[in-house]
Amino acid sequence: MTSDFLLSLAQAVTKGLLTGMVYGLMALGLSVIFGVMRVVNFAHGEIMVVGMYLAWMGFEYLQVSPMLSLPVIAALFFVAGYALQSTLISPFIGRPEHQQFLLLLAVAILLVNGCLAIAGPDSRSVQMDSQFDSYELGPLVFDAVRLHAALAAVAIAGLLWLFFTRTRTGKSIRAAADNNMGALVVGLDVRRLYAFTFGVGAACVGAAGALMITIIPVTPFLAAEYTLLAFVIVIVGGLGSMTGALMGGLLIGVSEAVAGLLLQPSLKSMVSFGILILVLLLRPQGLFGKSGT
Amino acid sequence: MSEALLRVDGLDLYYGDAQALDGVSLEIAAGEIVAIVGANGAGKSSLIRAIHGIERPARGTVRFDGTDITGWPSHRVCEAGIGHVAEGRQVFPNLTVLENLEMGATPRRARAAERQTLERVLEMFPRLAERRRQAAGTLSGGEQQMLAIGRCLMGQPRLIMFDEPSLGLAPTIVQEVFRIVRRLNEEGLTILLVEQNVMASLKIAHRGYVLENGRIGLSGAGGELLANDRVRQAYLGL
Repeated sequence: MTSDFLLSLAQAVTKGLLTGMVYGLMALGLSVIFGVMRVVNFAHGEIMVVGMYLAWMGFEYLQVSPMLSLPVIAALFFVAGYALQSTLISPFIGRPEHQQFLLLLAVAILLVNGCLAIAGPDSRSVQMDSQFDSYELGPLVFDAVRLHAALAAVAIAGLLWLFFTRTRTGKSIRAAADNNMGALVVGLDVRRLYAFTFGVGAACVGAAGALMITIIPVTPFLAAEYTLLAFVIVIVGGLGSMTGALMGGLLIGVSEAVAGLLLQPSLKSMVSFGILILVLLLRPQGLFGKSGT
Repeated sequence: MSEALLRVDGLDLYYGDAQALDGVSLEIAAGEIVAIVGANGAGKSSLIRAIHGIERPARGTVRFDGTDITGWPSHRVCEAGIGHVAEGRQVFPNLTVLENLEMGATPRRARAAERQTLERVLEMFPRLAERRRQAAGTLSGGEQQMLAIGRCLMGQPRLIMFDEPSLGLAPTIVQEVFRIVRRLNEEGLTILLVEQNVMASLKIAHRGYVLENGRIGLSGAGGELLANDRVRQAYLGL
């Protein structure tokens, strides 16, 4: 073991942690939606890719940094998610999973092909001024763009936590997730809360998209990969657990980066799936999940 | 009797093909305790859920304080002033006691005086005050029932529907629950009490209805029903 190797390992772990925070934000959206309504959003990666494209367009055509377009994209996605839930998905609540799956798969196909039709199949990326800046901490080098994205993701997750623990609407959503009959009994408008929840989930993943475009170029075909990745993260962390989604994001982010260093970058998914299989075998409820829920 | 606070007329309710309520009519005047007794599966809970808008009746009307509220969604029914202490308590297990109580103040008209109501509820149930930061799922059955009642009071209802409040509780707690029901009534609340504990509920009720197979079989003053031979045979085993 040379110190060179240790340094590059530490470097890979750092990079993985930073990317993992953005992954965590993406997975958080999926987890919130599932945790509250038991609907699995099979269009999750697709929604994120749309967010990436919007941030790219803002940068390309309006010269707006993705960090600045992020709040606008999140707000737009909240409205779109709210509308999607109250019109299309609401009638499917409580129906068998395969019907929900078909509906959301249809939404996913529409979104991806919409992106393809508008932006084409080429990969698009954002070249920011800070692209090559970095911060140093001892021997470690932090990629500026990645660090900013990670900090923004953590800040947004913190806001979300405040929303769910401090506001009446947030607590009402947790109540409806906790006991649906109880929610009806106290007079909560569960349909409105569900629409709100889908809006929040979509806003999270839209924001994650705006951050992701600063680290990774986008193509329409990334969408399915991200849906899968979000699933892996959420299942590893524990379905419905917010902490689980964030920690799962970090774990998968680090595993990808380390796999890229030790094996080959193209083998990174193999390691993620390996972790998924291990978790399913040893702790099926996920690392932070509660058994029996 | 003056104009009823709650009037139910010819209510029919189906679950698929199974009929749960068959032409149920009843009325409750402001200030009354009315008990609805009957065996398991007689339709008692269905009746409460239909009034609350959790189930949608096929026919019939529900009027509250002169307004037709038939088919209203449950959140509007709460807003109108009807509270519901549900069967099985239905607290939010992962929320704290305080958060559960806060959720009780969901109706907008209850928000202005939320803090005063909370103080009153915590004074009424000192056990809840002691455990205010605990998750509701860690409370005992009796404490959860007190929480369910307190949560309902947070919505400042004019009428409270109790659905099997004594179910699954120790006898001393059951007595406590009935004492609370009576006390709330003395403080001016109108009560609809659904119970399988026929003796205890008819004792505190001004009037009662006997529900059999989704239909009202008998009705009368609480004492009259308690003295009725059919009631004594069928429900009290006397």
